[in-house]
Amino acid sequence: MRHTLAVLVDNKPGVLARVSGLFSRRGFNIESLAVGVTENPEISRMTIVVRGDDRVLAQVTSQLGKLIDVISICDLPSSESVDRELVLIKVSADAITRSEIMQIVDIFRVKIIDVGTETLIIEVTGNQGKLRAIREMLERFGITELVRTGMVAMNRNTKTVNGDDT
Amino acid sequence: MTDATISGAKALIECLHNEGVDTIFGYPGGVLLPLYDELYDADIRHILVRHEQGAAHAADGYARATGKVGVCLATSGPGATNLVTGIANAYMDSVPIVAITGQVPTPLIGNDAFQEADITGITLPITKHNYLIKDVNDLPRIVKEAFFIASTGRPGPVLIDLPKDITTDEIEFKYPETVRLRGYNPDTKVDTDAVKRAASMILQAQRPIIYAGGGVIISNTSSELLKLAETINAPVTTTLLGIGAFPETHPLSLGMLGMHGTRYANYAVQESDLLIAIGARFDDRVTGKIDAFAAQAKIIHIDIDPAEIGKNVRVDLPVIGDARGVLQLLLSHLREKQGKPIARSGAWLGKIDAWKNKYPLQYTPSDTVIKPQYVIKEIHKACPDAIIVTEVGQNQMWAAQYFQYEHPRTFITSGGLGTMGYGFPAAMGAKVACPDRTVIDIAGDGSFQMNSQELATVVKNDIRVIVAILNNGYLGMVRQWQELFFEQRYSHTELTGSVDFVKLAEAYGAIGIRAEKPSEVPSAISEALAADRATIIDFVVDPTENVFPMVPAGAAINEILEQEVTG
Ligand SMILES: Cc1ncc(C[n+]2csc(CCOP(=O)(O)OP(=O)(O)O)c2C)c(N)n1
Ligand SMILES: [Mg+2]
Repeated sequence: MRHTLAVLVDNKPGVLARVSGLFSRRGFNIESLAVGVTENPEISRMTIVVRGDDRVLAQVTSQLGKLIDVISICDLPSSESVDRELVLIKVSADAITRSEIMQIVDIFRVKIIDVGTETLIIEVTGNQGKLRAIREMLERFGITELVRTGMVAMNRNTKTVNGDDT
Repeated sequence: MTDATISGAKALIECLHNEGVDTIFGYPGGVLLPLYDELYDADIRHILVRHEQGAAHAADGYARATGKVGVCLATSGPGATNLVTGIANAYMDSVPIVAITGQVPTPLIGNDAFQEADITGITLPITKHNYLIKDVNDLPRIVKEAFFIASTGRPGPVLIDLPKDITTDEIEFKYPETVRLRGYNPDTKVDTDAVKRAASMILQAQRPIIYAGGGVIISNTSSELLKLAETINAPVTTTLLGIGAFPETHPLSLGMLGMHGTRYANYAVQESDLLIAIGARFDDRVTGKIDAFAAQAKIIHIDIDPAEIGKNVRVDLPVIGDARGVLQLLLSHLREKQGKPIARSGAWLGKIDAWKNKYPLQYTPSDTVIKPQYVIKEIHKACPDAIIVTEVGQNQMWAAQYFQYEHPRTFITSGGLGTMGYGFPAAMGAKVACPDRTVIDIAGDGSFQMNSQELATVVKNDIRVIVAILNNGYLGMVRQWQELFFEQRYSHTELTGSVDFVKLAEAYGAIGIRAEKPSEVPSAISEALAADRATIIDFVVDPTENVFPMVPAGAAINEILEQEVTG
């Protein structure tokens, strides 16, 4: 089972090391981790995707909670949240394949952000399903480079994740 | 510099005064010179150890004996890394210490400067929290937070890394009155509903047992534990770290459980229908084969640390909170529900008494060779009120088994990490904290040699501890496993001929006594108790003696090895 956690932390040096160190030392599997500052400059937000059963999730949550720099932890079930990730994909493109690739780009409503003589760079933003689908479509042209930001997620409803309630 | 400002070094001393620190165990070095200059005439007792590991363990022993925060101090680089074992040890056993390390000046950090070590990085996984001070204006707040974090909630070590330039920078000193930490709130409210449910589970249980750990001692809950046990008429077994939480002379006491626990404690756990765990963490040395542990029992787990719930065993009812608050509430619920003590059928306690009679702790006494168990019993006879500190190995287990502890904070041992070399410096720390108490380190010949340099410290500072070495000429506990599980191939465990402990004591100006025959044991002990200096007793004991009962690693705790006993 995959779980997406929104973790608010003090925006201080070393916090990322504390969190990632905890995961590796306790043998928890991180699938992705994205971090950036929030609307409050003193607080950063991490979106962590972990794999494990409920017991693992409970351990991850309570162990994270013990870190002094961790302010709050919120499990974001996929049914109640939206998630996005940004990916840059460099594909090989010659005179013949270029138009075909551009069609795919159109259909997926993504963007070409760089055109080279032998390659294109495509920017894709979307949920995990969309990322997987476009990647599969582009594979046969030859993906020469790929970089992802890691997933970020947010609750759909009015419930917000912020540091004030702690 | 203006009149209103003081140096970071002086500010640190002020902070320590504010925290009520009376003693520091430390060792100087280049980057600490400004701080040591302040310590020269500060109103704080600084005890110069002979190895920084000794300072960390001494701070730990000081903390365990009193419940106060212990403080140790070391210079950058090797000084700081020498603290690491002591910090890890305190972390595993939830001991409140604050470790202060010097660091190279901030502009040099990250440049592989002389005696630079990334001690906050190194201690990340073995501290409750740590700090690198980058601005002298943060110093008072950080020290305040460090003491607060170390001593509240589930206690633990906190490290403060202090670059040299911070100690000479000037600030207008003001000690903060309160701590504000968004991500840390140790005031766990007791979950009233959970306590109510615990009360009804207890009332329904036919064969309840209380399993008490170090958390009972840390939270000063011993008197509530006694009340609970008597109210619900349930036997109490303790972990190694829980020893002293419940009087072992009490009829409901089962002593220690687990790998070297009493047979009756282990049998009782295995047959119980309700296990009430209080401030204990289901360590593998306690549970043995986890699936077989207390398999018939429902489990109530009372703990201040939510991360302990369900970590090793599935728990039927978690009760998160400070043990003392939880037990007080639980007692009031039980009293409400049942005006008089619970009249459980006598069958359960009867069964336990039968086990106690049938399977007591036992060893074969001897008139010719000193049995280590006999030494412990004689020490208990001579000074039942002593604070006993131990090293690690067989000595530790015999000290746990054969001394009868009645009060919390009278048994101090390295449980989670199992650190050889812990006992002697920890005993030093305990004696400094409790100068009027008799403090005895029950030692092994191997362990003692890991920090014997602190003999200089205890002699120079007139810290009158007694070290009772159970000298079996072996790394006895390892030898025992080799005997039992590795076909008696004693690979690199023989220590005989390593040192003459009496001469070693004398070389440092301590007293050395040797006992080679059982008849010499009582007089050696009384001589040490009457001594006007730190004393080592070298008890030359039976090298072949093993610790029993024993549950082999990975076996269920009722699969117990026992020795043949004669005489
Ligand atoms: C620092 C450290 N190194 C190694 C060990 C592994 N170990 C556990 S018990 C033991 C033997 C201890 O020998 P001694 O102090 O003589 O005690 P005895 O068992 O003989 O009473 C060893 C080597 C340890 N616990 N700690
Ligand atoms: Mg030995």
